Amino acid sequence: MSTLVIAEHNNSGIKPATLCTVAAAQAMGAEVDILVAGADCAGAGEAAAAVAGVRKVLVADNAVYAHLLAENVSLLIAELGADYDNILAPDTTNGKNIMPRVAALLDVGQISDIISVESADIFKRPIYAGNVIATVQSADAKKVITVRCTAFDGVADSGGSASVESVDAVHDAGISSFVGEEVAVSDRPELTAASIIISGGRGMQNGENFHMLESIADKLGAAVGASRAAVDAGFVPNDMQVGQTGKIVAPDLYIAVGISGAIQHLAGMKDSKVIVAINKDEDAPIFQVADYGLVADLFTAIPELDAAL
Amino acid sequence: MKVLVAVKRVVDYNVKVRAKADGSDVDLNNVKMAINPFCEIAVEEAIRLREAGVATEVIAVSIGDKSCQEQIRTSLALGADRGIQVETEGAVEPLVVAKLLKGVIEKEQPQLVILGKQSIDGDNNQTGQMLGALTNMPQGTFASELVVDGDKITVTREVDGGLQTLSLNLPAIVTTDLRLNEPRYASLPNIMKAKKKQMDVYSPADLGVEPKAHLTTLKVEPPPERKAGIMVASVEELVDKLKNEAKVIS
Ligand SMILES: Cc1cc2nc3c(=O)[nH]c(=O)nc-3n(C[C@H](O)[C@H](O)[C@H](O)COP(=O)(O)OP(=O)(O)OC[C@H]3O[C@@H](n4cnc5c(N)ncnc54)[C@H](O)[C@@H]3O)c2cc1C
Ligand SMILES: Nc1ncnc2c1ncn2[C@@H]1O[C@H](COP(=O)(O)O)[C@@H](O)[C@H]1O
Repeated sequence: MSTLVIAEHNNSGIKPATLCTVAAAQAMGAEVDILVAGADCAGAGEAAAAVAGVRKVLVADNAVYAHLLAENVSLLIAELGADYDNILAPDTTNGKNIMPRVAALLDVGQISDIISVESADIFKRPIYAGNVIATVQSADAKKVITVRCTAFDGVADSGGSASVESVDAVHDAGISSFVGEEVAVSDRPELTAASIIISGGRGMQNGENFHMLESIADKLGAAVGASRAAVDAGFVPNDMQVGQTGKIVAPDLYIAVGISGAIQHLAGMKDSKVIVAINKDEDAPIFQVADYGLVADLFTAIPELDAAL
Repeated sequence: MKVLVAVKRVVDYNVKVRAKADGSDVDLNNVKMAINPFCEIAVEEAIRLREAGVATEVIAVSIGDKSCQEQIRTSLALGADRGIQVETEGAVEPLVVAKLLKGVIEKEQPQLVILGKQSIDGDNNQTGQMLGALTNMPQGTFASELVVDGDKITVTREVDGGLQTLSLNLPAIVTTDLRLNEPRYASLPNIMKAKKKQMDVYSPADLGVEPKAHLTTLKVEPPPERKAGIMVASVEELVDKLKNEAKVIS
């Protein structure tokens, strides 16, 4: 048995999502290879070769794979996937975008967002915004899977000595092209990799007030997140949204400020180790999942918290 | 240009769904059903394209048993021109939905197909991408903005790092994210009018597809419970607990 893991990377290095996907792949009990697809991505290939317990790294370095256009990359993965029993990618927007296309090319179903590997063909995955956990069995010979990263501890990014092979296959579907991107730049940790997150909701009232959370985040080495209501109201950009349809996070500490705790928000953060809720409404549902709840006006509590740290 | 919109019947997003005690399935007795919220956004976007003179006809398609005709009627009341139901016994998996939608596309030849990015029951996030592969159309997933320009469409996508913009050749597939638009409500006269709009019913066999199961659900169960927390009286107490009890800050 062998498994191909699709790397999440930034061309020069690999991202933590790759490491948790390798962990899920190893739990399936097969040899693990990694595919690094991109343009000018040799650095990511080298980084992938150092990942613990990996057999081989395939590097498909070509302009047609820049920005991981799904139309092109899915053709590449479907071709390489012929030699593998399992193909796994993290539940990042790249993984979600590309993998179903791969599955359809291979005429198999996809198992989205697994949170555990029960056996080579049985997995657990959350459904209904995490209100229910389903145990599912795949009938397909080849398994195409996305992995919920918060559910797997990543393997070490060093200590491995995989061989590196370059892949010459060039697949250009010629039907899509990259126009541009607006990437948020921040010195703070990425939401999905942070061990502490402080998130604001509609209660924050405006974007300016998020500076109060940023100040605390900087003291704690934390990332800043948001509810959908805060994003919808234009307080902060969409990449900060935590929830069923945003990012799934599970830090050691999650501080929810002015967030009511709708099912869809809880879906994205209720596996955090310690949850703190600060809300002026004592009946807010967020208190039902909080380890520590504080009923207070955030505009007095947050400056106090900042001063106390 | 013709626009095809895929709408799914799902449990209303306000319902907190539970597993049945015997773990055989989720308990959907007497729960409120609705259009999947992302599909509602898809319908809205298609109607706006028609109102803007870009689209000429909007067709709403749903796959499921007879009850999904209710969601097709809702789409017609919102402004879709006609409906298509593909009648299946119960729920079918994303790959089968994609194959059936491909069959409808072959009959209707739309230039644009809009789906939701995710159904909020199965949380699959697969169908649009699979349909892209089966039809060899490009895909703009998780869209927050669309601009049709001649034989191309420019799609802004919500991705992990921020926003990405792609240019796709038409015909193309788009899947909607929450911020693409804010859906309208159906007015009473439009709900009445919708009853008279055309709705065709196909069987999978009409579309040359034989539904197949790729995944079997063995069991459903509630997620692990969080142990009950405590309320603190002050910020000072909170900081003390985080430092000395939870030991998550130093
Ligand atoms: C299909 C779908 C998907 C969704 N996906 C997501 C998702 O991924 N993530 C997500 O977050 N939501 C999502 N939502 C939206 C979700 O249902 C809620 O609407 C949203 O989470 C509410 O955000 P909020 O808690 O910030 O706002 P509100 O519900 O308005 O709550 C604001 C809270 O702030 C408190 N507050 C106000 N002022 C103060 C103050 N001065 N001090 C202290 N507290 C104060 C209030 O008491 C209240 O509890 C989704 C919805 C749908 C339909
Ligand atoms: N049974 C169905 N009928 C119509 N459209 C569907 C159906 N299932 C999925 N879709 C479409 O595919 C999108 C994504 O669904 P999913 O891949 O299940 O998360 C939905 O938002 C719909 O637009």
